[in-house]
Amino acid sequence: MNKQISGIYILWKREVIRFFRAKSRVIGTLGMPFFFLLILGTGFGPAYQAQSGGGNYMNVLTPGIIGMVLLFSAIFSGIRVLMDREFGFLKEIMVAPLSRTSIMLGITLGGMTTSTIQAILFLGVSLLVGVHLNLYGLPAALLFMFLISASFVALGIAIASKMEDMHGFQLITNFLIMPLFLLSGALFPLENLGAWQFITLLDPLTYGVDGLRGSFINASEMPLWLDFTVLAGFCIACILAGAFLFSQRE
Amino acid sequence: MKYIIETNKLTRRFNGLTAVDSVDLQIKEGELFGLLGPNGAGKTTTLSMLSTILKPTSGTAEVNGFDVNRQQDEVRNSIGIVFQDPSLDDELTAYENLDFHGMIYGMPADKRKQRIKEVIELVDLSEKINMQVKKFSGGMKRRLEIARGLIHHPKVLFLDEPTLGLDPQTRRNIWDHITEMNKSEKVTVVLTTHYMEEADSLCERVAVIDHGKIIALDTPEKLKHSIGGDIISLEADPGLLPHLKKIKNIKKIKNMNGEMNISAEDAEHLIPVIFDVAQKNKLEIHSISLRHPTLEDVFLQLTGKSIREEKAGVLDRFRARIRSRNR
Repeated sequence: MNKQISGIYILWKREVIRFFRAKSRVIGTLGMPFFFLLILGTGFGPAYQAQSGGGNYMNVLTPGIIGMVLLFSAIFSGIRVLMDREFGFLKEIMVAPLSRTSIMLGITLGGMTTSTIQAILFLGVSLLVGVHLNLYGLPAALLFMFLISASFVALGIAIASKMEDMHGFQLITNFLIMPLFLLSGALFPLENLGAWQFITLLDPLTYGVDGLRGSFINASEMPLWLDFTVLAGFCIACILAGAFLFSQRE
Repeated sequence: MKYIIETNKLTRRFNGLTAVDSVDLQIKEGELFGLLGPNGAGKTTTLSMLSTILKPTSGTAEVNGFDVNRQQDEVRNSIGIVFQDPSLDDELTAYENLDFHGMIYGMPADKRKQRIKEVIELVDLSEKINMQVKKFSGGMKRRLEIARGLIHHPKVLFLDEPTLGLDPQTRRNIWDHITEMNKSEKVTVVLTTHYMEEADSLCERVAVIDHGKIIALDTPEKLKHSIGGDIISLEADPGLLPHLKKIKNIKKIKNMNGEMNISAEDAEHLIPVIFDVAQKNKLEIHSISLRHPTLEDVFLQLTGKSIREEKAGVLDRFRARIRSRNR
């Protein structure tokens, strides 16, 4: 048991070390969300304000972009298992006397940590450019951040276990990550989607973004307990699927 | 005699292709053992089964007294592996790579620290310990991998083609390190190679493997001896032949259009004798050369072919690409 825990710990630590080692990567990953916030925020701001009767779009957009940061970085850190396989390091992990489930959990915890750090860095940046968030909601928001990131790292590992190499990567980005992002209501309120709204309810990230909005700007479309329950269920399902597929494959 | 590795009719098939075919192996504790054969002979597959990465189709294998099928964790604790392709994390430093290894094998902090110091000294990398691995040369990476394989005090260290893709000097350097750690760590070393000279100069015993079967197993000396000693090639007047046949110590003479191939023991001392005979009979010798048999000759004799050069399949090309990227 001790061995499993020390294994999980070092796998987690490896992810964190690698994350902080590449300073340019840390800054690079903040670039896209920052431009999203600044350009979309100022571009659509007036239209939103007019339609919603005085609402501030930047404040609504920021929790959505935090959701985006979590989604992208979490799935990518799960799929990075493929890179480890390609570069041989996965073998080193695989011949250790460590259970497959522990390996998967270690990678998940690592990805969860680095994704959440990125989200918090972005949160800091957004506060600097003048977004108003209710910081008393931070503990609740952190809970949602953990759930979102853990779910999508596990999902990334599950996908990576089914993929042969990096060739399918584009497919995942275009047909999984982008729809998850666009249908989650990260960029606009869901009620305007009309007939599409039903589909958005099938997107787990919808509940994550809604939970973050509820925590940060006290404006959620669904009750927070519902967001939490759906997301927690999705998280457990992803971890189980990831652990199963990972043990099957490797 | 206690065997550290023992296999019984170990077999592995891949979709109808038998990669390893009823292999019986007994490897002694502390031995430096080589599996020699061409690419695709089944060396890596054998190693993968012994290290619990692949399940045997049939047959059994025991490593350090543990069954590779039923006692995977015990086997994994008993072995260290250096894979054919590099398996270090380039972003981490040498120390972090070693520490990672110690942790996933569940070693406590103080032991880990001390052991890392020991193994890094063993491969002469103490000064580079805090350098990121991506700045290492190919030979340094290999040495670091060997050190890493030793951290958790394995009883057996598997080395899969330890010098593949390295230049000759680096290769010799790696050989020295392998011999040294085999002695100082008292660890059994099992290596695969398709380099004859590597098996010859490193290994105490060599199993020659081809098409998944072991076709010979002995010390390199005895293997070379088994094909009939040294070879003298002679270009001379054909009239010399009957006189040569009278010389003692000559075991066999093959005459091929004017060139005579003589198999003999202790051929160095035979050359003056041949010259004497030629001079006495006033027969001319045009050229003479002496060759000690190599494992290549053994392989040739056993299989009728030389160890074939790498047929670059898609996978090999891919590997080569990765390798060049990593080294």
